[in-house]
Amino acid sequence: MSILKHHAKIETNVVLLMVGILLTVIIGGIVEIVPLFTITETIEKVEGMRPYSPLEQEGRNIYVREGCYVCHSQMIRPFRDEVERYGHYSLAAESMYDHPFQWGSKRIGPDLARVGGKYSNDWHTRHLTNPRDVVPESIMPTYRHLHHPLNYDDITANMETLRVVGVPYTEDDIANAKEDLVAQATTDASTDAFLQRYPKANLGKKDKTTDQITEMDALVAYLQVLGTLVDFSTQKPDSIR
Amino acid sequence: MTQATTALGAKEATPYVDDVIKKFVLAATFWGIVGFLAGDFIAWQLAFPALNLDLEWFSFGRLRPVHTSAVIFAFGGNVLFASSFFIVQRTSRASLFGGSAFAHFIFWGYQLFIVLAASGYVLGITQGKEYAEPEWYTDLWLTIVWVCYLVAFVGTLYKRKEPHIYVANWFFLAFIITIAMLHLGNNLAVPTAIFGGTWWRSYEIYAGVQDALTQWWYGHNAVGFFLTAGFLGIMYYFVPKRAERPVYSYRLSIVHFWALIFLYIWAGPHHLHYTALPDWAQTLGMTFSVMLWMPSWGGMINGLMTLSGAWDKLRTDPVIRFLVTSVAFYGMSTFEGPMMSIKAVNSLSHYTDWGIGHVHSGGLGWVAFVSFGALYCLVPTLWRRKQLYSMRLVSYHFWIATIGIVLYITSMWISGIMQGLMWRAYDNLGFLQYSFVETVAAMHPYYIIRAIGGVLFLTGALIMAYNFYRTIKGDVRKEAPYEAPVAATARG
Repeated sequence: MSILKHHAKIETNVVLLMVGILLTVIIGGIVEIVPLFTITETIEKVEGMRPYSPLEQEGRNIYVREGCYVCHSQMIRPFRDEVERYGHYSLAAESMYDHPFQWGSKRIGPDLARVGGKYSNDWHTRHLTNPRDVVPESIMPTYRHLHHPLNYDDITANMETLRVVGVPYTEDDIANAKEDLVAQATTDASTDAFLQRYPKANLGKKDKTTDQITEMDALVAYLQVLGTLVDFSTQKPDSIR
Repeated sequence: MTQATTALGAKEATPYVDDVIKKFVLAATFWGIVGFLAGDFIAWQLAFPALNLDLEWFSFGRLRPVHTSAVIFAFGGNVLFASSFFIVQRTSRASLFGGSAFAHFIFWGYQLFIVLAASGYVLGITQGKEYAEPEWYTDLWLTIVWVCYLVAFVGTLYKRKEPHIYVANWFFLAFIITIAMLHLGNNLAVPTAIFGGTWWRSYEIYAGVQDALTQWWYGHNAVGFFLTAGFLGIMYYFVPKRAERPVYSYRLSIVHFWALIFLYIWAGPHHLHYTALPDWAQTLGMTFSVMLWMPSWGGMINGLMTLSGAWDKLRTDPVIRFLVTSVAFYGMSTFEGPMMSIKAVNSLSHYTDWGIGHVHSGGLGWVAFVSFGALYCLVPTLWRRKQLYSMRLVSYHFWIATIGIVLYITSMWISGIMQGLMWRAYDNLGFLQYSFVETVAAMHPYYIIRAIGGVLFLTGALIMAYNFYRTIKGDVRKEAPYEAPVAATARG
């Protein structure tokens, strides 16, 4: 093993050792990650995907804040049991506007990638307030504090930041952010323009304990849109390739 | 005032900067107990959800990052700072570059990073990426501290009086450089404050599938470089030192070092098997994960075989017992890991407690045990005590913690495999046999066993802290010393 004799050059020269290490550890990441940005098939071309509505995005911030991803995945694998339990396996396109991704790595609770529309708004509100009221064996924490009013002063700044990192919000979307948030979270507002911008959004007041817009309203709006944007009854495998 | 001590028995007096290492040792002990306590508390929460206390700051989702960051970055990090600064000075015969004041900036800067990160989680300030939860301002602060760490470490190597850089330092250097690369690559985010939003939120520049692979490129190599390469550096110094034997094979250390750091980086996609990550990336990740088994066992063999001719010390020195057992656990979890990265196995193990069991056989068995071994070596040396307060207490710590680990990993193997099988079970009419919540309820006894294992592990750490306290005070417990066994022939 004469080649190992030359190792003395590296282990007697700290600069050489550092350069050697850096070159060695940088290769794998470049080969694996860069193509994900350059190979166009990485993200399927599907119809229906849109950025989150202002209320849904605020709900997503709460989802991240509470660490929901610690116990709930949002990634259905293409196995018979998972597809039967949770629905169509997840596509890369379905999380293309997720900054950060929330695929998760552990199912202490069930997958939420397609939880949207599975339960009523009332069920979600009761469940988040005390999970054991609706699922006696549940080990989920209570989230009573979500009945607090939602602070949405930052929604415009949040959407502008998301636009910088690649979410295609239009000028129109950002200019109407606060009105859209209120329109989605209350029952009496006009929602035509809102639904033009954010089709399939879940409308109406979710948290019935107060008239104010609460964090509960935002989180439930987010949960109710999960996995509902792509219509799999019309999507064919050939069309997404 | 800074205090510079001189190495005992050094031929020429090199003043080592050791006062800051004492602080790192104490911080490691403190954060270790905090991290184990947090982990055990959330383990009980999963068995008894009332322990979430109906308070947002105590919910599992917010406390789990407190546990992971406390054990990985606070406990593990302080152990790595302490041992790398200790080892680099002695193996280079040079005092720490930048001196005591610079080292103290690194110490307090790192503790501030820990406090900023943990307080943020409890208050709900998080990026939402596992093991990379701290927000942008905490990330920036850590970057400054980390660059100082690199400067102090490399500066010391640069002014070394030994011609060769000792193998332990290769591993420390790889750990410091790679963690810097991963930290910067995975935490690129835009703060909302630039558009007038709150100062404590940012959005990651990556989304979806790209974010997922970047995250696990980071996450898996936090394991590979923070929890493996760095601690292999500890192994390469303290195992030969304590066993009073040279490292088994110099050639093996060269081969396994370069192979390990090259292969590890590729293994990240095994966290994303069967997800929306493209198949080619999954296959690449699986292939490199399986290959990784070889350099990992190269390291294990080099560590264990160093004991050749000194195996009897296992009977008389419980500190060696910690070090050797840690290397054995390293071998076991680096076999289990590649096995779980095989897609067919992963289809069962992913999303279940099996992963948690795997992480803890590595985390408790390897990382924590090699850390305990190193700390037991460091405390008497740094405080200039002839010996530890009590070797019997070290032995108690060893056995109590070992039983704790066994309870932990066996219960998680059973619950993980059971849950994976229950999820995919069909009844004879072709319907899914179990609802999800039935699989949750079935976990209850195993969650209790796991939490009891955690109590034992924590108890061991408390015994260690007491032992350190008495050692530093200068006490020596009156107890029969462990003696070499009398040879069998002597009896006859």
